[in-house]
Amino acid sequence: MQTQNVPTEELQNIVGEEHVRQAFADDAVDGVEPSLVVEPGTIEETSEVMKLVSREGLAVSPRGGGTKMGLGNPPGQVDLILSTARMDQLLEHVPGDQIVRTQAGLKLQDLQEKLAESDQMLGMDPPEEGATIGGIVAANASGPRRLRYGTVRDLIIGIKVVLADGTVAKAGGKVVKNVAGYDLSKLFTGSLGTLGIIAEANFRLHPVRESARTVFLEVEDLTQIPSVAQALTHSSFSQFVLDALEMRWENDRGMIAALFEGIEPAVEAQSSAATEALRSHGETSVLGRDDGDEFWKSFARRPWATGDVALKIGAPPSDLAAVLDSVVGAAERAGVEVRISGHAGTGVTFAGLSGEDDGLVEVVEEVREIRLRRGGSVVVQAAPLAVKERLEVWGSGGDYLGLTRRVKEKFDPGYNMNPGRFLGGI
Amino acid sequence: MDRGQLIETMQEILGPEGVIHKHEELRTYECDGLMNYRVIPDLVVLPESAEQVQHVVKTCYDEGIPFVARGSGTGLSGGALPVESGVLIVLTRLRRILEVDIPNGRVVVEPGVINVWVSQEVADEGYYYAPDPASQIVSSIGGNLAENSGGVHCLKYGFTTNHVMGAEVVLADGSIVHIGGGKSPDAPGYELLGAFVGSEGTLGIATKITLRILRQPEDVRTLLAAFKDTEEAGGAVSGIIGGGIVPAAIEMMDSLTIQAVEKQVSPGFPEAGAILIVELDGPEAEVANQFEQVIKVCEENDASEIRIAEDDEERALFWKGRKAAFGAMGSIANDYYVQDGVVPRTELGAVLKKIAELSEEYGLRVANVFHAGDGNLHPLVLYDNDAGEAEKAEELAGEIVFACLEHGGSLTGEHGIGRDKMKYMPRMFTAEDMDVMQLLRCAFDPHRICNPGKIFPTPRLCGERPGPFHMHPIQKAGLAENF
Repeated sequence: MQTQNVPTEELQNIVGEEHVRQAFADDAVDGVEPSLVVEPGTIEETSEVMKLVSREGLAVSPRGGGTKMGLGNPPGQVDLILSTARMDQLLEHVPGDQIVRTQAGLKLQDLQEKLAESDQMLGMDPPEEGATIGGIVAANASGPRRLRYGTVRDLIIGIKVVLADGTVAKAGGKVVKNVAGYDLSKLFTGSLGTLGIIAEANFRLHPVRESARTVFLEVEDLTQIPSVAQALTHSSFSQFVLDALEMRWENDRGMIAALFEGIEPAVEAQSSAATEALRSHGETSVLGRDDGDEFWKSFARRPWATGDVALKIGAPPSDLAAVLDSVVGAAERAGVEVRISGHAGTGVTFAGLSGEDDGLVEVVEEVREIRLRRGGSVVVQAAPLAVKERLEVWGSGGDYLGLTRRVKEKFDPGYNMNPGRFLGGI
Repeated sequence: MDRGQLIETMQEILGPEGVIHKHEELRTYECDGLMNYRVIPDLVVLPESAEQVQHVVKTCYDEGIPFVARGSGTGLSGGALPVESGVLIVLTRLRRILEVDIPNGRVVVEPGVINVWVSQEVADEGYYYAPDPASQIVSSIGGNLAENSGGVHCLKYGFTTNHVMGAEVVLADGSIVHIGGGKSPDAPGYELLGAFVGSEGTLGIATKITLRILRQPEDVRTLLAAFKDTEEAGGAVSGIIGGGIVPAAIEMMDSLTIQAVEKQVSPGFPEAGAILIVELDGPEAEVANQFEQVIKVCEENDASEIRIAEDDEERALFWKGRKAAFGAMGSIANDYYVQDGVVPRTELGAVLKKIAELSEEYGLRVANVFHAGDGNLHPLVLYDNDAGEAEKAEELAGEIVFACLEHGGSLTGEHGIGRDKMKYMPRMFTAEDMDVMQLLRCAFDPHRICNPGKIFPTPRLCGERPGPFHMHPIQKAGLAENF
């Protein structure tokens, strides 16, 4: 739906002619084609673009690496894609302070490579290749190591944003410990571009750990996954410090893997203890750093392909058995094919579903209904448009929906920012 | 509604024993842990349940009466300073631990629960609650949440915000919302909980709080190292962190602090220009290995003495000396002003030098005790109120945080802005920054009745009251101008 007259020339004057282009079919957001793709090179340009956006009442979708463009309700309108691709600089890295300041368009992988030169890293490892810092913050993306380092909210220490009206504001700073003012960096985490453009973000860093062991176990019975997870996370006899605890299940076979990182004697001791603790569950295999890295690259990937319905289920970790049972059971009843992966230690389960539309909708509704009763949430991460239109992508939300809407309306009163995509259709 | 009617209404909600209205009794609540600001509230109420809190807040909302929430009252920035013609809601009677859920590593508590109770509750199961502000034996979880409290162990384990997983919140209009997933991760929607924690009581009142608890570490080892001066001790800190070690805590005290602590609690600290307390915890093999490295780094930085805590008792003695540092100043000075600033770790040396210069310039002694690992300084400005030095001391304390800002730091690491540092906010944030922060305030509390007159020096009114002009209660109280 193109309702607005997009002032191409004015945009070109702001960012330069070569940084405004007509949108291609590939730029469509859930089937809605924008008019233009704009790539500002600086915060100032971004601010000018946004002033124009709000003046003209345009709808803008911010885009980083584009890996999460399938997340959200189908948009009502997209006039512009605002790409952060040109704002990809590492602004400041002080190894002694273990902090980094980056522009939003910097790719995580590029950042990690830079940090590794100082034996440091940002404790985030979402598996999507090409994801940018801004996109990761906006989508609250996470990976296996969240068990140890937490998620974006736990690592972000400062932010600079551009609001719909062009206002540039910062919050937080470049010190890890800081309680001055409201923590807007957390508010913007997971806001999916609906509050403003994330232009810069600052993070605390961690040292790269010298050694690693991966302990994994193949299972043929779904119920083994939760019992292994509990044995490693909350056993009263053993003392594990895990960096990650992940699972996969497809074609009636599964695997659960634990990652230990640290100094050599510690990871050696921990992985031996884990092998011992899991003896009653089966024969484990152990990998060192290099083989482990290869293993995790494939093991941590999401269990879906383009065209699947992709679910993210958040539930109390102790309820993992019920989550797995509900997904696999519902899929079986609906004749839908299912593949599962997830962060078994933190209660996040991903499911990739493929089959007939009716069956897919049925599975999502059934799993969601169970979560409503037992606690947690089910978010559709991506789905074919026809299926999406029959589902609440985010679920119903809780009693905080009204507050969520008031926050949105204060930050983006004109609904220019990614309108319609977020929880409650905001 | 006049005061008499308000008292009556509150008594109907809370019973007569839940309302304090006599002037002498109200004076108990005129300040929090920061005693240089005092305001006597109109009324103090002591609810016993979330429903009562909700009812009280709804009454305030309907009547346009500002209110302030207070926990144990240990805050050091005047965050729980009452407002005149306002109601102070004291949450100390909401002190139940509602649920312990070991398989999910969660504890659900009411806001008046004392920090240390949580660890005590789950100790037998092998768990603990990580944030440990020095006030932990008296400060409440609700207050910790409001201030995003830190503590000596937050270098490795994070702050209160990293350990609060969910909250039931009474908003300024008396409605209740549940934010954060609690036991479930990644609740859809904005990270409202992350924005709420540390908002210093200005966005609502938490009535139920879900906390994350951690497994007690397999091993803990602690040492105390003495150095010639803070510069050498600082060199050791850099060496430890630079070596890829993340200690559970690294605390530094300078010679003046050591003297005061010795006088007060006699932990038997060595005479030195600076002392470091370093604690490592984690898997036994890791701790043993890294502990050797820490010792080596201290030796390389010319430590004159290294003491290793042989048992829990000796460890407790080290910490007793450290945690007594603020109070101990009373033994070497009539009055002292506790400052809280943050600098990037690599700027510690430069800022300490600046503090020494300022101390000389103002002719006032400054004792330094700080969380060295994360650059969080607590300079203690010693003065004599009777000699008329109070103003000078406050000015010096101000200059110290400006120095922190100049070196890329922050106005506060854990004590909050509150009332005390409002005036400094424009030094760290632009008018736009603060306006944008206050958009959040307007979404949570459009009429600005929830702890007004804190954090922001020039509060924005939310401008959504159509019709004839009415003076806002906080304008009447002289706390805001209309724009």
